[in-house]
Amino acid sequence: MASVIATEPALEPSSGARQVARRLSADRGAVFGLVVVLVFVLAAVFAPLITAISGYGPYEYDLAALDDTGAPRGFGGGISREHWFGVEPLTGRDLFAVVIYGARTSLLVGVAATVVSVVLGVLIGIVAGYFGGWADRVLSRATDVVFGFPGLIFMIAVGAIIPPWFPKSLLIIVVIGFFGWPAIARVVRGQTLVLKQRNYVVASLAAGASATHLLFRQILPNLAATIIVFATISIPGKIGAEAALSFLGVGVPPPTPAWGRSIGEAINWVQTDPMFLFFPGAALFLVTLAFNLAGDGLRDALDPRSEGAGR
Amino acid sequence: MRVARFLGGRLIGMIIVLLIITFITYAIFYVLPSNPAQLSCGRPCTPDRLAQAKTFMGYDHPWWQQFLQYTRGIFFGRTFGAGPAAIDCSAPCFGYSFRLSTPVTQLILDRIPVTFSIAIGAAILWLVLGVSTGVISALRRGTAIDRLLMSISMAGVSAPAYLVGLLGILLFGFTLNMVPIGGYVPLTESPVDWLWHLILPWCVLAFINAAIYTRLTRGQMLEVMTEDYIRTARAKGLSETRTIGRHALRNVLIPVATVFGLDLGGLLGGAVITEKVFSMQGLGALLLDAVGNLDLPVIVGVTLFSAFVIILANFVVDVSYGVLDPRARTGTR
Repeated sequence: MASVIATEPALEPSSGARQVARRLSADRGAVFGLVVVLVFVLAAVFAPLITAISGYGPYEYDLAALDDTGAPRGFGGGISREHWFGVEPLTGRDLFAVVIYGARTSLLVGVAATVVSVVLGVLIGIVAGYFGGWADRVLSRATDVVFGFPGLIFMIAVGAIIPPWFPKSLLIIVVIGFFGWPAIARVVRGQTLVLKQRNYVVASLAAGASATHLLFRQILPNLAATIIVFATISIPGKIGAEAALSFLGVGVPPPTPAWGRSIGEAINWVQTDPMFLFFPGAALFLVTLAFNLAGDGLRDALDPRSEGAGR
Repeated sequence: MRVARFLGGRLIGMIIVLLIITFITYAIFYVLPSNPAQLSCGRPCTPDRLAQAKTFMGYDHPWWQQFLQYTRGIFFGRTFGAGPAAIDCSAPCFGYSFRLSTPVTQLILDRIPVTFSIAIGAAILWLVLGVSTGVISALRRGTAIDRLLMSISMAGVSAPAYLVGLLGILLFGFTLNMVPIGGYVPLTESPVDWLWHLILPWCVLAFINAAIYTRLTRGQMLEVMTEDYIRTARAKGLSETRTIGRHALRNVLIPVATVFGLDLGGLLGGAVITEKVFSMQGLGALLLDAVGNLDLPVIVGVTLFSAFVIILANFVVDVSYGVLDPRARTGTR
């Protein structure tokens, strides 16, 4: 099992930031990905400003835009000069505002959950790799247990029994983040095994450096490239997990806009108002695609082995 | 002998993980936050009736005794209450839904055909699709075919299953009217209708999942093709088909088998999203219903059942490692 990930080479930061930037900018997919990610981040940060310009906030219910059955009036789910993406059926919320504010939810949960799994994974991986022995054995057992848990099923189930006073969004971040740590722990463990044999680490050890110094001053900085790449690559999965939970109705609670929930609600409108599915769906797809492309590009740029296609 | 020890070791490992997972799940769901007796006691809930419900369900004991009772129930079955009103829950007893007046095991068994039909059909489709496109892509590296396949697989990796599913329903169900828009017909009732209702879910899941296999297979294939034994095989004068089929593919399939086992196991434990999109009453739908009604025994039962399926799948993967890769048997990797 470890062979999938553990054979990945130790990424060296020695490539130099300028070189990495040069390789990255030559990769059209990665550039596209980074630009799209940037656009979504800006949209999320400046959401209040953008919706002030577009005219409707995410919590304004324009019932006049709906007909008697609750379906949006007019073409394409009520697309008009006032409602750029149309409106939400039944509520009359401006879909543009929902999509823009949905970016906040998705990015916040995606990035925060990634931070949770990276912090856990790096700590556990580096300790297991450096100390070996029983620490390592406990880690591999724990990994087995986490891999044995049905992640999505478990997230749904936990959401049901958590007391109402506990903030749901925080729960989602913690649970999604928790299921992500074993993968990064494995990679970090594998690289720590290699790095602790390096001369500079051995030399520091001989000079009497403490384990903390070795772990966090000698080994951790050399893991930076790997960690950055891994974090970027795992963000889209976390965004997808949040969207899936919201889609199933157990994610971020309404009325906070979330793309997944909009898509879930769109099931009942798919025939009469396909645009209600299209806009949140396109946003989710685009941001996931962008992170995937950026992550792939970043990995290739930081890994000199993969340069020039032929090995 | 060595094979027996390998199998035995894995089996013990599997049982330990199972017990830990049962314990954690049980602890989280039964002991920590909520009170199942309170939930099922009804209104008005007098202290008397609450105590009665607690005794009946077995919640009047300390938590570790409850856990032991629950675990014993899985292996040997158990009885809720006593006297004429007692409810018998035979092994494997994953609990009893007092809301539906049915053993959880029965509820799960009723839903298994739906979920397994979705999962197994889709898995076969995506494995074949993913591995073959991955091999083609690797062998035609850098050509237009490679670029096209990699672009499609990038889209597949990035698109959420429910989005593709809904688009599929919109296009093939509503607009072209080719396939039903949802529902499930048992295989025993009508094999044709069964197939007809499953085609779209299979294709959707295959499209999403095959993408990962395409990328994984391609990467592995590129790496394997540079190995010495491939050069040797070619130098021996083996045909290219034989070199790839017998020597390269065998090594490519080892990591693919790992991912496949995990993915299939996860899906067998409840295809929650697919079932919701295509309105099929499988394990995932059972769980979502239970979550909506706070039917705790069902929530725990389904969670545990799907954990068991995943761990079993892991075990099968470990064993198939031994078949695919003799080095794994001795542990000299």
